[in-house]
Amino acid sequence: MTTRRLTDNGGTAAVEVRGLVKHYGQTKALDGVDLDVRQGTVLGVLGPNGAGKTTLVRVLSTLVQPDAGTARVAGYDVLAQPRQLRRVIGLTGQYASVDEKLSGRENLYMIGRLLDLSRKDAWARADDLLERFSLTEAAKRPAMQYSGGMRRRLDLAASMIGRPAVLYLDEPTTGLDPRTRNEVWEEVQRMVADGATVLLTTQYMEEAEQLAHELTVIDRGRVIANGKVTELKARVGGRTLQIRPTDPEQAVPMAAAIGEAGLDGIAGATADPAEGLVSVPILTDEQLTAVVGLVAARGFGIAHIDTHLPSLDEVFLAITGRPADSGTGEAEAAGTAHGAGPVQHDDQHDDTNVEVTV
Amino acid sequence: MSAATATVPVAQPAAAGEGRIGLRANLRHIGALARRNMLQIKQDPESMFDALLMPVIFTLLFVYVFGGAVSGKGHQQEYVNYVIPGLMAMMGMNISMAVGTGINDDFKKGVMDRFRTMPIARSSVLIAKIVVEVGRMLIAIAILLGMGFALGLTIHTDVLHLLAAIGLSAVFGASLMWIFILLGLTMRTAQAVQGVAMLVLMPLQFGSSIFAKPTTMPGWLENFTKVNPLSNLADAARALVNGGAVAHSVWMTLAWSAGITLVTAPLAVARFRKKT
Repeated sequence: MTTRRLTDNGGTAAVEVRGLVKHYGQTKALDGVDLDVRQGTVLGVLGPNGAGKTTLVRVLSTLVQPDAGTARVAGYDVLAQPRQLRRVIGLTGQYASVDEKLSGRENLYMIGRLLDLSRKDAWARADDLLERFSLTEAAKRPAMQYSGGMRRRLDLAASMIGRPAVLYLDEPTTGLDPRTRNEVWEEVQRMVADGATVLLTTQYMEEAEQLAHELTVIDRGRVIANGKVTELKARVGGRTLQIRPTDPEQAVPMAAAIGEAGLDGIAGATADPAEGLVSVPILTDEQLTAVVGLVAARGFGIAHIDTHLPSLDEVFLAITGRPADSGTGEAEAAGTAHGAGPVQHDDQHDDTNVEVTV
Repeated sequence: MSAATATVPVAQPAAAGEGRIGLRANLRHIGALARRNMLQIKQDPESMFDALLMPVIFTLLFVYVFGGAVSGKGHQQEYVNYVIPGLMAMMGMNISMAVGTGINDDFKKGVMDRFRTMPIARSSVLIAKIVVEVGRMLIAIAILLGMGFALGLTIHTDVLHLLAAIGLSAVFGASLMWIFILLGLTMRTAQAVQGVAMLVLMPLQFGSSIFAKPTTMPGWLENFTKVNPLSNLADAARALVNGGAVAHSVWMTLAWSAGITLVTAPLAVARFRKKT
């Protein structure tokens, strides 16, 4: 075995996808996807439901055969060398893929045996991973009695048994509460620190920012933007600062004051009188300080301040000029009953691709 | 914890057969998966009720309800020796039906996706299931024979012939499992699998020599029983227990088993591979 050096990006591409197409009847789940995951990095694949994320993961893990295009993982072609490919991947799906009736320990042992570990090594590896994923106490209970977060951790542990070169995490925190989500993030960060190459699909900008080095945004089976997380974030507009005045009636005057002040890099502020909330897009901490200072100096009372990352909707709005829509995209992409609609979209995608791709 | 991935291996040009699963590895995989199926039973002991209770209920039902009618009141004893070997054939069939519903349920779980992304032969998941189900079938047959002996079953041949009858039932039952696996992978719900299976099984079971001598049936039905593989199996088991000519029915049963397996096993594995 050798490692291949790619000259264009200075790293080794662990996953190489070119022109990948997968249709389900009229639905184009993947409509010509290109992407690379460099070795030892995390690529976040961001997109709404129905964008094609799960289909992409299923093609890359040999569960689904593509209609066109190529995909290579660790140099193995998904179509020509599925058996070899399966030796180097680990998969954690949206739904925990462990046997619910078996205990956590038995699940890990079984997978160890399926990966050709000796009995002794399989038990040792199981105990090792149970400890690492803080499941030792629950090791002998059936997985069906585990909490959502424990199951997801067991699933991650199961994916790690074979020390996979490439790990797919398909929406690893969807449906988890914030505390459990943080636990899963920590585990993923540890795996990455250990050198794992990860392809992560997610619907959350925050998750992508936490875990990914680079981002590929997909919509209706097509890549609409890709680049480093920071670049994409700058493109989208960084964060949104939300200020709640003590008197909700003050929301509109406060927004006006911020807009008129002409602070460096602050384009303006919007007020939501019904909610009594003012929103200000910001890029830097200095801008945050400046806005808050201004508001205080003008004598407004502040009840609450918050900043949040752009949501998937805002990302989509910035890239495509329209909000992310989940589900309906497939029908439209299929070109049924929409006349010129899809053509319009395609143009739009191509335009933004040129602008955004970095 | 050592580095999860230091380097990503890059494939060399694929040699023919590279990545194939060796026989020993294959057996190890089947063993690990069979262990999974057995642990599932341990976790859910109710799932053994069919194998444990069916033989008891069927034996009592047929010997006492139909025994008198078939062999004359007070002659249930004779019917025991007729129907028990036939019921051996039926046990195999009923247990294998459960395989179809089981595999259908199993497939709804994420763990199948994991199996299918692992470097193991696709068939090993299905074969492991069959290994465990054949074990369940043998338990059911053991209980059936226990019931039979309690009701006066006598072996007119010897232990080897009895074992041959048991083995033949297991072989035929295992071949039927491939049909039900195929059905389980094709139908959408476990209920549908059960419905279709019952529809096929009932006429096959009762339109055979399992419960009554075909010579007592109308001509068209008698002809049907002659081509019904279950009759062959029942006749073979009966001859192996009670004595008499066995060769024809044994060979016919083995031929049916081989034929069914050769046709349906590859279809089932292909279906398993393609299922998304």
